[in-house]
Amino acid sequence: MLSIDKIQDEIIADFGIFDDWMGKYEHLIDFGSSLPLIDDKYKLDENLIKGCQSKVWLNTEMKDDKVIFSADSDAVITKGLVGLMVHVLSNQTPEAIVNADLYFIDKIGLKDHLSPNRSNGLLSMIKQMKLFALGYTLKK
Amino acid sequence: MGLDVENIRKDFPILSETVNGEPLVYLDNASSSQKPLAVIEAINNFYKTTNSNVHRGVHSLSQRATTAYEATREKVRAFINANLEHEIIFTRGTTESINLLAATLGKGHVHQGDEIVISEMEHHSNIVPWQLLCEETGAVLKVIPINNKGEITEESYRNVINESTKIVAICHVSNTLGTINSIKAIIDYAHEFGALTVIDGAQAPAHIPVDVQQLNCDFYCFSAHKMYGPTGIGILYGKETLLDELPPYHGGGNMIENVTFAKTTYNKLPHKFEAGTPNIAGGIGLGAAIDYIQSIAYEDIGKYEDELTKYGREQLSSISNLRFIGDAADKSAVFSFVIDGIHPLDLGTILDQQGIAVRTGHHCTQPLMDKFEIPGTVRASFAFYNTLGEVDRLVNGINKAVAMLSR
Repeated sequence: MLSIDKIQDEIIADFGIFDDWMGKYEHLIDFGSSLPLIDDKYKLDENLIKGCQSKVWLNTEMKDDKVIFSADSDAVITKGLVGLMVHVLSNQTPEAIVNADLYFIDKIGLKDHLSPNRSNGLLSMIKQMKLFALGYTLKK
Repeated sequence: MGLDVENIRKDFPILSETVNGEPLVYLDNASSSQKPLAVIEAINNFYKTTNSNVHRGVHSLSQRATTAYEATREKVRAFINANLEHEIIFTRGTTESINLLAATLGKGHVHQGDEIVISEMEHHSNIVPWQLLCEETGAVLKVIPINNKGEITEESYRNVINESTKIVAICHVSNTLGTINSIKAIIDYAHEFGALTVIDGAQAPAHIPVDVQQLNCDFYCFSAHKMYGPTGIGILYGKETLLDELPPYHGGGNMIENVTFAKTTYNKLPHKFEAGTPNIAGGIGLGAAIDYIQSIAYEDIGKYEDELTKYGREQLSSISNLRFIGDAADKSAVFSFVIDGIHPLDLGTILDQQGIAVRTGHHCTQPLMDKFEIPGTVRASFAFYNTLGEVDRLVNGINKAVAMLSR
């Protein structure tokens, strides 16, 4: 499995080929729609990230000392963003997730989406992902 | 003579901003309107030349500040045709005005089993304060249903208002639907049962004239920032006799007549309800906003906004799978809509990329969203500085977004 930073660098390179916002957003939407969805049995209210205009479900499992995330959203841009986060952080060790510096969002020009005002739940989702990982490190 | 939109736009510096590389199209006026230079300069000049506390100082600057601040009270009185200047109470905004009423009416006017009537289209600020009052007193909240076009019919409010009704709290214009309610008829009917009437006027004065004596409402609440004035200042209008009967809301400086540890007596209206140092600069900015609106004339604003509404409705209707939420016969230039298969947040995001500012979500009217069985809408709300060309930009922007989002 590639390291978190290696995956981020790949994403930055992928997005680097688009010089206008439309290309970037289309790529983001396509990325989201190509993702394997969260299993319907995990689309539970308790897996909803609170406080967003779009629904975001996040499920977490532990497998072979790695954290496995799966997620979905009812909004396609949010789904793309959520998908990128899952792509970067899933299948990593809890320690690596807790310590991850998620610089790629800024580098691909989507930093605005991390503003608390955006109500897309991305910021809450990152917090939730790190919190899960932190929980696993403490259990160890 | 009609509205000279191109010249009016020059009065609003922000309208020449670019957003994401595109000229700004600001269609979030129901959230907060933009401010003309006259308002910005009035606030600036206050801090440059007059800043000082009001109502207390013996020095000249304080007297100058007090005169300027109090001049706005008279402007507001004339603006809504209230009978008396001290019937105008300054608050932080519509929300605080309604909370003030709910809190003070609970101390004597409302009792267990009494009914408080609101409508299905109310903003959370005209729901939650009344729920708090009900919890405190044991009163019951009753809701007037609306029809599918987003209107309150005569039959529907007659079915809800009765002898048990103590308060009827209704919006003049709906923030989500744009519906202009026939509040005069509702007020008259409520008065037949001796109920008090509270009007949430947040969305009205930017678009339509308000005459509280003609309406005969008991209370009318509105905010400066939705009518081209600054944020953080609003108005509670109340009939003198009622305001006199109500106990104070907040305690502090300015609202007292005499304080001893044994017994405090309260100041007269309007100061009884204005504890602490007020938003002086905001008050002066509000005065400038009223002057600005009055320099244009409601008749011209109304005609022009009707034209925008008609054109907007026609053009938006051409978009396939677009469904208006709220299509009242009498409505202001607010369009709430959903497009099948497209999430409002996605649409709002792609419009923002094109420099078009709309609001998405439930617009603080969750019960209304439940009624229409939708999670939220996209809302484009216009002001008199918006143009027919901006309607076209919106429609083109939506078409572009739909093409991207339904790939």
